[in-house]
Amino acid sequence: MTGAIFVMLGIGAVCGIILSAASKIFYVYEDPRIAKIESFLAGANCGGCGYAGCSAAAVAVVEGKAGPGVCVVAGPDTAANVGSVMGIEAGSAESRVSFNKCEGGLRAEDKFYYLGAMQCNAVNAAYGGERECRIGCLGFGDCIKVCAFDAIDMGPEGYPVIDEKRCVGCGACERVCPKNVLEVVSLSDRLLHVNSEDDALAPCRQTCPAEIDIPKYIRQILSGDYEGAVHTIRERNPLLLSCGRVCPHPCEDDCRRGIEDESVSINQLKRFVADFEMNSGKRYHISRAPDTGKRVAVIGGGPAGLSCAFFLRRLGHGVTIYEAMPELGGMIRYGIPEYRLPKKTLEWEIEGILNLGINAVTNVRFGEDFDFGSLAFEGYDAIFLGVGAWSDYSLGVDGETLEGCFTGIDFLTRFANGENIAAGKRPVVIGGGNTAIDCVRTLARLGAEEVTLLYRRTRAEMPANEVEIEAAEHEGIKYTFLAAPVRVVGDDEGRITHLEYLKMELGEPDASGRRRPVPIEGSETLIETDMLITAIGQRPDVSFKESSPKLKDLSITRWNTIDNQPETLQSSIPYIFTAGDSATGPSLVVSAIGDGRKAARSIHRYLTGKPVEPPKKSLFKKRIPESVFDSVEGVRPKPRVKMPELPVDERLDSFVEVDHVITEEEALYEADRCLNCCRICYDKDAAA
Amino acid sequence: MGEYFILAISCILVNNILLAQFLGNCPFLGTSKRMETAVGMSMAVIFVLVMAGLITWIIYHFVLTKFDLEYLRTIAFILVIASLVQFVEMFLKKSIPALYAGLGIFLPLITTNCAVMGVCIINVDKDYSFMTALVSSFSYAVGFGLALILFAGVRERILLSRVPKPLEDTSIALVTAGVLSLTFFAFKGMV
Repeated sequence: MTGAIFVMLGIGAVCGIILSAASKIFYVYEDPRIAKIESFLAGANCGGCGYAGCSAAAVAVVEGKAGPGVCVVAGPDTAANVGSVMGIEAGSAESRVSFNKCEGGLRAEDKFYYLGAMQCNAVNAAYGGERECRIGCLGFGDCIKVCAFDAIDMGPEGYPVIDEKRCVGCGACERVCPKNVLEVVSLSDRLLHVNSEDDALAPCRQTCPAEIDIPKYIRQILSGDYEGAVHTIRERNPLLLSCGRVCPHPCEDDCRRGIEDESVSINQLKRFVADFEMNSGKRYHISRAPDTGKRVAVIGGGPAGLSCAFFLRRLGHGVTIYEAMPELGGMIRYGIPEYRLPKKTLEWEIEGILNLGINAVTNVRFGEDFDFGSLAFEGYDAIFLGVGAWSDYSLGVDGETLEGCFTGIDFLTRFANGENIAAGKRPVVIGGGNTAIDCVRTLARLGAEEVTLLYRRTRAEMPANEVEIEAAEHEGIKYTFLAAPVRVVGDDEGRITHLEYLKMELGEPDASGRRRPVPIEGSETLIETDMLITAIGQRPDVSFKESSPKLKDLSITRWNTIDNQPETLQSSIPYIFTAGDSATGPSLVVSAIGDGRKAARSIHRYLTGKPVEPPKKSLFKKRIPESVFDSVEGVRPKPRVKMPELPVDERLDSFVEVDHVITEEEALYEADRCLNCCRICYDKDAAA
Repeated sequence: MGEYFILAISCILVNNILLAQFLGNCPFLGTSKRMETAVGMSMAVIFVLVMAGLITWIIYHFVLTKFDLEYLRTIAFILVIASLVQFVEMFLKKSIPALYAGLGIFLPLITTNCAVMGVCIINVDKDYSFMTALVSSFSYAVGFGLALILFAGVRERILLSRVPKPLEDTSIALVTAGVLSLTFFAFKGMV
């Protein structure tokens, strides 16, 4: 026995001596900074950084392959410490947190009754998780078991809820989830995500030009989380108060409830939470990424410019907005009348955006008060051009310049700017779009006796919003359809007295699919009038291009819009990006907002040195084919909530807002009408 | 010379350490997903096994037998093999950095590989002479490499084929290993 102990001790001692001698003899110089850096790292060996353990990460830092912010677990202090060892600035590392893409909702029937281990991975492997949606949560909580930081809990609805304060973004939950529900992303990743073919997208979300997660915020409203709903909308649209009032809501046209019943009143719900925030007396905190030190000039303070500036700021870039008019807002301030969007509301909204730390310079016109050279002098890293479409088309008929003749945007702008324009007694407005409707409704409020709207096609072809056309009708506007102006007649003093027009009839459909109006020979008719407003469309004013030889390469389309790559919105000059009406021609506010965000995405990629290209599998203006239904089973019709309006007789005396917000009770009722499309999950309870 | 050749054939094919004796299954399943790692692992095993076979033979015959302490061989071998691997790692890092870079991450993995331990014990169990132990250690290691590389090739093909969901990954690998083992049984009786 004693001999055995001695022999073992002897072997052990010999091994130890040889090894310690070897470690001296075969010593290889190793950078002492590696050990120093390793002592600062968290030591969790979680692998969240992408290296095999903390020591491998330390080696990567010393070799210059990783930055000081390599450790995802430790906070900014660690990054600063590591940076001081390496003698470099820590810079701004944006923290990443786990993000649950599936928010539960109703659960589908399970196809397979599974009796084995109650684990997401096991159930998924045994086909138990097969469902309609490719993403939805299985609800057995593998992610909860794997989280080393106790940051995930099973929520009351059977899907994981993440405690963002505890989450360090190590990515363990993302790796263990078999259904791809959890994703470790930074705020920037979330703000920059563009609808893609692999997402579980409800039809409304595919249609919305701003790509707002509509089912999510409706669900949040239903659960009383109004602040959460506002945050959800703000991840895609900074102008929710304005959009809630003026958006023609293309999303509602594609609502699945609309197939069997009236569609959900999505926009009124948006307006409800937006107004709720405004009336609550405080602003919800808008989170943003750490400063990057890059600076961008945004030219044009309209919806596209404000949206682009908002998202660039939230991504951490410095932004200055340059605006030609005295106030920010662009077309939604100067083109949309007070009775649709009160200036006070708009100002409150814009103030919230500027509060993020965005500078704004007003009353400066690009090409006149400042030019390309002065921007270069200021040292901006990129430029966003969103100058809008402010030049009215003219009729091109005789007598158009007589006294009493106006153009649509010019009239609305001067009026919004406080200029006192006396309305005629019998004004005539030419055009069928929203600008024309805004003009007639403004004139009706200015005390005109009889307002006529002249349009060369019929009511069915009018591009204006249906609700607007109806509201104008209620306010006593006289419509004259199938009439094309040919001449403006004036008196000896050069004042307009009559408008001559030709009657039309509808012929063959043209390129736009609308039937082309054809004049009827000899049908010239005179209409008595003392004021004429032409509102037949606008185009961008690109005269700024002449102000600098460097802008020579900026290509302009034949519609006078600034040419860009339709998905990245990059112009022909790589550091200039453009969106909104100046790139698309007159379009919806919500399209300008959506494109403003996409431009911010491209600018962010440009500033961070990534190739400016559209995301792979992006769903650009397409639909996911299997999401388009012909019929929906089991929908019991429930009437849509009515829009509260100011009575007609009270409207015409003032510019008081006409459309009112729905009550909380109505909002909850309406939110309950949502079918929660693409939020339906596997039935966890039946399997448990 | 002829008997060494027969011994080599027997160790590589007939008594293959992986497929006939079922030793060293963890690296067999763990490092056979990619051909590259399988080759690296095979090389490391050949290197370590030859060294370990010789050193343990010396320890057994000149230390343990001398003091009548043969019953201590398992624990003594563990100690010796672990130290040896550490030593070899340090030696390579300093002297042959190229080889260290190639074998680097696989060396520590073999510290407690049961194939290495098994071969050392077989060597002393069968009372091999020093030369025979050298040949047998080398041949067993080559047999290990052969089986591992064959298996890695099969697994790379399995990745491309349709496997029923419940059988994916390790399950199908074990089934394949069983079939591969059956084919090696055809060598039985050769020597």
